[in-house]
Amino acid sequence: MEIPAELEARIDQEITHFPISKRSAALPLLHLIQEHFGYLEDEAIEWIAQKLGLQPINILELVTFYPMLRREPAGKHHIRVCRTLSCAMAGSYELLDTFCKHARIDRQHNGHGAHSLKSEDGKYSIEFVECLASCGFGPVCMIDDDFYESVTQEEVPQLLEKYQ
Amino acid sequence: MVSTIRTPHPREKRIIFKNIDRPGWTNDIGCYLHDGGYEELKKAFTMKPGQIVNEVKLSGLRGRGGAGFPCGVKWGFIRPGGTKPVYLICNADESEPGTFKDRYIIHQDPHQLIEGMIISCYAVNAQLAYIYIRGEFPEGAKILERALAEAKEHGFLGKNILGSGFDLEIYVFRGAGAYICGEETGLIESMEGKRPYPRIKPPYFPAALGLYLCPTIVNNVETLCNVKHIVRIGGAEYAKMGKPNNTGTRLLCVSGDVQKPGYYEFEVGAITIGELINDICGGMKPGRTLKAVIPGGSSAKVMSAKDRYKLKTKQPDGTMAETEMGLEDIPIDFDSLAAAGSMAGSGGVIVMDDSRDMVWALNNINEFYAHESCGQCTPCREGSLWMKKITGRMLHGGGVEQDTDTLKSVADNIAGRTICAFGEACAWPTQSFVAKFRDEFMGTAHKKGNGNGSTNS
Repeated sequence: MEIPAELEARIDQEITHFPISKRSAALPLLHLIQEHFGYLEDEAIEWIAQKLGLQPINILELVTFYPMLRREPAGKHHIRVCRTLSCAMAGSYELLDTFCKHARIDRQHNGHGAHSLKSEDGKYSIEFVECLASCGFGPVCMIDDDFYESVTQEEVPQLLEKYQ
Repeated sequence: MVSTIRTPHPREKRIIFKNIDRPGWTNDIGCYLHDGGYEELKKAFTMKPGQIVNEVKLSGLRGRGGAGFPCGVKWGFIRPGGTKPVYLICNADESEPGTFKDRYIIHQDPHQLIEGMIISCYAVNAQLAYIYIRGEFPEGAKILERALAEAKEHGFLGKNILGSGFDLEIYVFRGAGAYICGEETGLIESMEGKRPYPRIKPPYFPAALGLYLCPTIVNNVETLCNVKHIVRIGGAEYAKMGKPNNTGTRLLCVSGDVQKPGYYEFEVGAITIGELINDICGGMKPGRTLKAVIPGGSSAKVMSAKDRYKLKTKQPDGTMAETEMGLEDIPIDFDSLAAAGSMAGSGGVIVMDDSRDMVWALNNINEFYAHESCGQCTPCREGSLWMKKITGRMLHGGGVEQDTDTLKSVADNIAGRTICAFGEACAWPTQSFVAKFRDEFMGTAHKKGNGNGSTNS
């Protein structure tokens, strides 16, 4: 794992935001590293721990706690569909099924709530997530960092088309 | 995907949301300054910090995150002249199901929040502040970072702001998908680089022991925005909006089975649940009738349209009298909803019509809490999972007749037995759904159950 100089400069900048305790930079650093590498391998966890003067377990226990942090790569494009009540009432379970169908993700043996599923070609991964805070305009989803409201099942193919 | 421009309803009183969906409005500092932005900050610097705290006390402003605690009282816990540094954290971890208001402030009017924060920091003498934004708002985090850089370029942040002698830095801190970080002591643990396990109380307020065991104020996005307007018009004038003890305006987020769901801003208590649904949100969907309302985010107790509610109301001669009313007649304010057995909470109103299966709805909510329990306290970690398993098996076959009572018993054994209010938040839905729709739960257990209690559906 090679940390590019530019990334390390951003990391050092981030640490300055916490003049009292470097440990506070743990989560921000995990975000930065995951954004760069796509996931958090053991080496990344050890690197952050060393950077902040902590034990690797102090970092690992965060990775295993926070739903957004992952230890293996997601698909090239990651889809998050909101599962929670208002979106479910607006059809988010059906939307998840439609995404899976068109993204060729097999969830035959995985129930709803399975953490993250990937298409065979690795192009897409999908995740049912809890409330994305746009409950009036459900069902909502995110593809990578982009946010979509009132998504209909008919729109799914053209949406996926945008993410190649 | 529908258009994102939404026109305010004529009955709204938009103060916090004045610039949301405003034609020609952009979220950069130029637009904000052109509209008179940061004038309240200049005004605040002509006042003493204690004066601002007093104005906020006078305003009666109550926290908009869910608990409704008086903001000025919270600030008053910070003793002036203390030796430890004071921190202020904006809780932008908006995650309560049914709530979607802070998203729009962050995306469309970030400088309103930042100005409110700078004034608040000056009032409590915090020289370092953070905005804890949920991880699922990546665009919002970028917008805030850009807005903070703009504010700094204009001299509203940094050293000796506008020649006042007051120094302040504000940084953005991103969460990573955990609802528990909305609990203020969990949030603080998260910011300290630890697992966000809420802290044992007392002390009840981070104002006593907060970030790095220093006095810390944690306020919701909407609350901090209100501070700007309190400085603008004064606490006494602000208190004229709304009702006594329920002052100002409130952002209401309506979702579920209404014709026009969305976000609205009204004077607190100015409208009833029925007016919100029928006049503002276009009523129920064709051919459907109102069955239930969750009035303040998914943690708030569900209210049935069939029930009658007894509320104390002020009579024309000034005396208080108990009035019985239907669900639709209850005014949406902190005290009325509390008196009716639920809460105004975070302002997230979820409306359900007669087509909705209450076991299905509760199961959805239970899945949320089972997923989000941090696992620190046994009653909540285990209980939230049991409740989810029970409603799950009732829905999918395998329910037994005792399930309805077991659900209540599990919930009763969580509430009041945990370190933080998540225990209540996950117990209240189950307690209220089972109490209000008992027949439906009993029916589902009977109808779908195979009698063996198996969870293997």
